[in-house]
Amino acid sequence: MVDSLEGLYQQHILDHSKLRKGYGVVEHPAAERFERNPSCGDELTMQLVLEPHSDRIAALAWHGSGCSISQASASVLSELAVGLTTAELQEKIHAFRAMMRSRGEGEADEDILGDAIVFHGVSRYVMRVKCAMLAWVGAEGCIADLA
Amino acid sequence: MSAHPAATLSRAAEPFAAAPLDDATVNLIRQDFPALGEIVNGEPLSYLDSGATTQRPRQVLDAERDFLEHRNAAVHRGAHTLAALATEAYEDARATVAAFVGASADEIVWTSNATDALNLVAYGIGNASRGRGGAAARRFALVPGDEIVVTEAEHHANLIPWQELAATTGAVLRFIPVDDDGMYDAAAAAAVITDKTRIVAFAHVSNVTGFIAPVADIVALAHARGALVVLDACQSAPHRSLDLTALGVDFAAFSGHKMLGPTGIGVLYGRAELLNALPPFRTGGSMIATVTMTEAEFMPAPQRFEAGTQPVSQAVALAEAVRYLQNVGMDRIDAREAYLAERMVRGLVEIPGIRIVGPPPGAPRAGLVSFDAAGVHAHDVGQFLDARGIAVRVGHHCAQPLHRRLGLTATTRASAYLYTTVEDVDRFIAAVGDVRHYFGEL
Repeated sequence: MVDSLEGLYQQHILDHSKLRKGYGVVEHPAAERFERNPSCGDELTMQLVLEPHSDRIAALAWHGSGCSISQASASVLSELAVGLTTAELQEKIHAFRAMMRSRGEGEADEDILGDAIVFHGVSRYVMRVKCAMLAWVGAEGCIADLA
Repeated sequence: MSAHPAATLSRAAEPFAAAPLDDATVNLIRQDFPALGEIVNGEPLSYLDSGATTQRPRQVLDAERDFLEHRNAAVHRGAHTLAALATEAYEDARATVAAFVGASADEIVWTSNATDALNLVAYGIGNASRGRGGAAARRFALVPGDEIVVTEAEHHANLIPWQELAATTGAVLRFIPVDDDGMYDAAAAAAVITDKTRIVAFAHVSNVTGFIAPVADIVALAHARGALVVLDACQSAPHRSLDLTALGVDFAAFSGHKMLGPTGIGVLYGRAELLNALPPFRTGGSMIATVTMTEAEFMPAPQRFEAGTQPVSQAVALAEAVRYLQNVGMDRIDAREAYLAERMVRGLVEIPGIRIVGPPPGAPRAGLVSFDAAGVHAHDVGQFLDARGIAVRVGHHCAQPLHRRLGLTATTRASAYLYTTVEDVDRFIAAVGDVRHYFGEL
């Protein structure tokens, strides 16, 4: 019954869907991307802020609306990104995408993904993978725009 | 060739009494639907997504298989026995569907779905506007400044073809506005339908709100101005008695898979006089009278719109679906769904933080209800219900402008049909009652 939901909605995800770390708008970001999920109408704007004269990330700010998975994923990403170089974040985005394509198979790499491994269970729900990916795709687009 | 057994296929042919559809009768009906016996996430399936697509009874599945096993051939060509039987079955199916909606057979065009049917009309008018179809088609031609009227509540299938037609002809698209519940009345329509109006296209029943449009009023307003009326009947034809001739609409569209039939088949109704004047949207084989290397003369309707190989087994199966519905009785289905919708609405409005869209409790509504759960996204609501075996639709239901008007990005929709039980509805209400607590909103 509702127990079957727990692989999807882990408490950490439900918590972050309320916490929404990084939610907000910044002035003059180094890059900005707008992403949407046409099937549900969810929208998310991702802004990347760098430390002065550096490729180190000072903040990932985001705003928009969406389901608990998309909001929690943006929140976890925003928390994880601060202090990383853009290359380091790109590596984590690759790892996150691989995990989200795993359909629940294998083990997620906690050394690379940290808290974001809580989304491993979401990968079993094919229709929710896009929700989890939305913010990460936005961040990846920001990094690409910097290059 | 032995006689085929089609006439004995309909087990539902034992007509149910004229009494209202009660739970006992619905339970008998459900035995015809294998998919309704599925176990989902360890729970019995409560299928409340018939507004998106319906489940199919064995009679319909059997009719399609019977056709394919005994009479399968290309239609309207070939001199062999199977070709003749297939053509006969295909045209019988057309007559069955025509009678179901109060039309004559030559007013029924097979399409691949309702979207295709609406595009056929819009692109046919576009072709007429570019001078195709000769003198007969001039009545359809749009010029810059002409107006096409739709409502703010339309499904994208009955909006985007008109946007495209406007963009390619210079016509102006105008909207009948809806109120905060997604509804409108004849006065709202009258304010937008003017002497410039050439086409009025609207849904008989909204797929989001369950609102039932004032069809007679709009037909009168449109015809008084000489405008054509295009009715999206996707959510009405499967659920209520429909007499398109009596309604007086000029065109109407509906889909097979929303009325117990297969996917890949839809229906366009058009008044015979109009269909025979409208230029085709698709051209090719089977729709021509004579062809030279430089030009072609088209067949009369409906064949002029049926280019290429046709969905024959799907048409045969759709006719069986129509017979199934007729045997149960459309008025009984309508009354049952009204009861179920009222039960859903009354249950939902009692739950804190739930906002239903569309007609309030007690007001007429088709058998579907969409709602917003404060603080919980529709996808999360749908996932939560799915874990309890309850299948609903989530998202914008192909009606983004309506959702924007209602101040929502997405809603959750439960939709009923002749096989929906009171228990399905009550399980749904109970689950919605728990959803905000689960997501930390209560």
